This record gives sequence, structure tokens and C-alpha cells, in this order.
Amino acid sequence: MAIYIGKRLALLLAMLFGLLLITFSISHVAPGDPASLAAGPDATLQMVEQIRQEYGLDQPLPIQLGRYLMGVVRGDFGRSVRTNHDVLDDLVTYFPATFELVVFSILIAIVLGIPLGILSALGQNRWFDHLARVVSVSGVAIPMFWLGLMLQLLIALDLGLLPLGGRLGLMSTPPQPITHLYLVDSLLQGQWRVFSDAAAHLVLPAVALCFPALASIIRVNRAEMIEALAQDYIVTARAHSISRLRTVCVYALKNAILPTLAMIGLRFGWMLGGTVLVESVFDWPGVGLYATQSAISQDFQPIMGVTLLIGTCFMLSNLLIDLTYAWIDPRTREAG
Amino acid sequence: MASLDESAPPANGWRERHAPQLRQLRLYWHTYRRSGSAMLGLFLAIVFLLLAAIGPAIVPYPEDAAGAVNLAQKLQPPSAAHWFGTDEVGNDILTRVVVGTRLSLAIALIITGVAAGIGVPLGILAGYRGGWLREVIMRVTDVFLAVPGLVLAIAIVAALGPSIVNAIIALSLVWWPGYVRLIESKTLSLKGESYVEAARLAGASTPRILFSHILPNCLSPILVKASMDMGMAILAAASLGFIGLGAQPPTPEWGAMISIGRNYLPTWWWYATFPGLVIYLTVLGFNLVGDGLRDVFDPRSRGR
Repeated sequence: MAIYIGKRLALLLAMLFGLLLITFSISHVAPGDPASLAAGPDATLQMVEQIRQEYGLDQPLPIQLGRYLMGVVRGDFGRSVRTNHDVLDDLVTYFPATFELVVFSILIAIVLGIPLGILSALGQNRWFDHLARVVSVSGVAIPMFWLGLMLQLLIALDLGLLPLGGRLGLMSTPPQPITHLYLVDSLLQGQWRVFSDAAAHLVLPAVALCFPALASIIRVNRAEMIEALAQDYIVTARAHSISRLRTVCVYALKNAILPTLAMIGLRFGWMLGGTVLVESVFDWPGVGLYATQSAISQDFQPIMGVTLLIGTCFMLSNLLIDLTYAWIDPRTREAG
Repeated sequence: MASLDESAPPANGWRERHAPQLRQLRLYWHTYRRSGSAMLGLFLAIVFLLLAAIGPAIVPYPEDAAGAVNLAQKLQPPSAAHWFGTDEVGNDILTRVVVGTRLSLAIALIITGVAAGIGVPLGILAGYRGGWLREVIMRVTDVFLAVPGLVLAIAIVAALGPSIVNAIIALSLVWWPGYVRLIESKTLSLKGESYVEAARLAGASTPRILFSHILPNCLSPILVKASMDMGMAILAAASLGFIGLGAQPPTPEWGAMISIGRNYLPTWWWYATFPGLVIYLTVLGFNLVGDGLRDVFDPRSRGR
């Protein structure tokens, strides 16, 4: 196992290097002048020239790459022209909001997706199965940003059940930062009102974000359950008059859950990408909103920072899933 | 895959010469037709293609597509004259949505075409040649697949500047790795097939093996993925349009329309609602077609 972990970590480092090569190519090799991109749209020629020298953009490409990599290793992701902060500081500020949203959303997808997958596997080709199929095909087809707008329109504005956007209402003050996750922090400090306000603000964006993940979880879980339920040991269990509920939820689900877990890990990474859309609909102050606002004002460095951050999280979640897999199922260790 | 029948009478018409293939196609159609959801998808896709073909000729207010200004008619709710209502300069939203189908179709075809055009040759090369070439191609692919495509596309558009052309370029650049992964594994499994071995032993050249033995057998997974990607590409381009990095208003692009329309919620709800509904139905259509095709080509995967 230790060798396997070591191998995977080495691979992760190689992938990170590859990702840095991509962001470097986008920012330094793409047509367009990286110095004026870094300086922002309102910079004068003199400022551009100054940045060109400061960043060493007049040097040959390999040297630029070296400087770029050194900078990233030191935690220097450049500066945001729009917020006038270091990109790293901005990322540290905004990431907890995104993390809270994504975790809450994936929990919704798991809590709904696994039972829906089981039920539609049990009632294969009956009305419930068709319903689950519609949900799962629609989940990937529905434009997430539009779904968000429709939820705002119906549930926040028409019915007034939940808040329209943001992370907290005007009446609440954010809890003392411990983990920077409002739900956790307010719970730790026993501030129930802040907790319920933060939770209410989370629901709509999390629901809008969860649909593609929900779709994949239903699909995979259903297929795996159908396969598991057809195995001999299920018949044996039933023959030993073990209750139907127990055979399904213990014996079959145990064997179906692993591929579902892998899908959940994969979807967690994709959700980070989806936050770019959902956060801009719900004014959710996370890295997605930060990226879109920067993109619109042609503020270049923050977008590279967000790309690196999301790419890294994506790779880490894949690594975590692979390690879990290898831990549960030793056969994958040898293959990997 | 058609079996050669030595005793068959000399073929004369096209129909007779291709009888086995036609029989195969009829079988495919028979299987496809049995699935209700696949037929719904086909219907949605055909409506979309029809609108893209003849839409501009049949819309009720052709002058609104180019961005005419008719302030007397602005922000009218849906009615018999304006089924989807009108926007802030009095343009008929139905007209603009229908005219937008052509742009969406172009987006879908270009992105899917470029992605398959880059990804399929690389995938075949990686799978068939193996060695260091495979290592290089697959590692690059892995890195690209390790970042959500939309995020990478945003980064590229930010470097190139927001416009529909740059959005298409960016999405094409991030879309091909999926094809490499798909075709590489397919080629690897085909390489070991006895008919490929036989062709090689018979002295067939590498290009001949690739083009007449490997590629034709990769067609069905390509077709399945491409039909789904048509929808997903439309969705991705609309997403970029929505956050202001794709098509710029007043281009009748669905995502850009929603991005303006959201400012008119909730009072003028129809503005953002109908373009989104149309995106959903279009993407749903292509996804269901892809699903149906997969069931036809690979019956073992049914229901997955």
C-alpha cells in the first residue's frame, strides 16, 4: 500500500506540473500580450512596459517558465487588478464559501441519488424507474444557471420561502471564523439563528448545483444494483429467509457502492467547475464568482489562480478516491 | 463486419450490393425504435435541425433577428402575437430563439468536429503504436481531463478576449481529450483481434489496417459520444454566453439572451425563461439520441 501511495503521489506531482504548463501556455504563449493582460485594461503603455520587465516577459520562454514555476511554488499567483489584492489572499478568502457550497450540494446528491438508484433498480422498467431516468437524463441536460434563475423566480421571489442569494441575510453577522465554513462555525458557537440563516441561503444554490451529480449517481447506482441483485449470493440470502430490506440494503448495496463512490469523487471535482455558473447566479462569494467577475473585467491573474486551485482540488479528490478504492479492494493496487 | 457470401448472385443494383449493410441498418432502426426515450430524443433533435435549416424563413418577425428596435412593443408578456413575449427593445423572443438555432448548430458542429478531428487520430495513434508516443499522448490527455473543461475554457477565453469565436476556439481546445481516451482504449482492444492480426500477416500496410479495420470499428462509440457532445457543446457555449464570455448581445445566442433576461426577473419572467427551456430541450434531445444509439450499438450497456 505504501508503494502504491508513493507512486500515486509522484503521479500527482507530474500532473500538477502538466497543469502548470497549460496555465503557463495560456498566459504566456497565447496570442495577445501577457504584460498588458497582467496590467489590466486601463493600464498605460508605461505601466505595461514596467510589468514586462518586472515579470521578465522580455526574457526567452524557458526562463519565463522557470520564473513562473518558482513564483507558484512560493505561493505567488500574481496580483488582481480589480481587487488590488494578491491572488493567493483572495483565493484564501473566497475558497471556504465554495467548499461549503460544494460539500452541501454533493451531500444532497448522495442523499437523494443512492435511494433513487436503489428504488429504480428494484422497480426496473416500471414507472418509478422511468421517472428516475427522466431525472437523470435531465440532470445533465438542464442549464445549471437557468435552473438557478428558475429556482430564484419560483421559490425565492414567488413563494418567498428561501433567500434570493448571498451567503447570509442582512440581519445576520458572520460567525467568528474558525473553519470559515458558516454552518460549522455558527454551530460551534451555538448561534442557532445564524446557522439557520446560513443553511437557508445554501439550499437553492446547492440544489441548482447538484443536478448533474445527482444524475450520475442515480445512473451508476442503478446499474450496479441491477448487477448485484442478479448475483447468486442474493438468491442464497433470500433462500435463508433474510428479509428483502436487509438483502438489498446490506448485501447488494455493499457491492454496488464502490463504483458509486468513485462517481461521487469524480463529480465532486466537476462541481467545483459548476460553481462558476451557480455562484454568479446566486451572488455566492466564492472562487467561481471571483473568476467570472475577473474574467469580465479582463483581470487575468485571478483566473489562472482559480484554474490552478480547481485543477488541484480535482486531482486531489481523484487521488483520494483511488486510494480509498485501493484500500477497500486490494486488486486495484497491483493493477495501478 | 458483413459476411461474404460466395454463392450470392452477381450484384447489380446498389441496393443488392449493400444488402448486408442495409439489413444491419434495419436491425439498428428496429432496436432504436423500441425505446420511447430515444424516439423522443430523435424528435427533439429533428425539430432543432429543421428550425436551424428553415427557421429564419418561417419566423414571425424576421427583422427582429438583426436587432431591430420597436420600443412600442417592449417587454410584452407572451400572447398570440408574441408566443414567448418580447424583450427590452421590443424584439419578438420566439423569433430570436428560433434564429439562434442556426448559431447553436454551428457551435455544436464545430466543437464536436474539431474535438473528434483532433482526438480520434491521436487516440488511434496512441492505441496502435504504443510505446513512448502513447505515453506522451495519454499523459497530456490526462492533464487536460484533470481540470473541469468549463474552467479551462474560461481561462482561454480570458486570454483571447470574450467573443463567440474565441469561446468556440476555447471549447474546442478543451474538448478533444475525451475522444483520445475513448478511442485509445477501443483501439487497444481491437489491436488484439484476430482479423487485425490476419490483415497484418497478409502484409497490409499500417494506414490500410488503421483506415479499413480499426477506424470503421471505432465508428459506433464515436457516433454515440458525438451525438451527446452536440448537446453538451451547445450547453457549454450557452454557459460562456451567460457569464458574458461567449456571444455578445445583441447576437441571438441563447446563453447571452438569458444573461440579459435575468436583469428583468421577476416581473418580465418570460425573457430569461423561454431561451433556457429551449436549451434544455435541445440538449435533452441530443443526449437521449446518444443514449438510444448506445443501446443499439452495445446492447450489453443497456440502461447504464
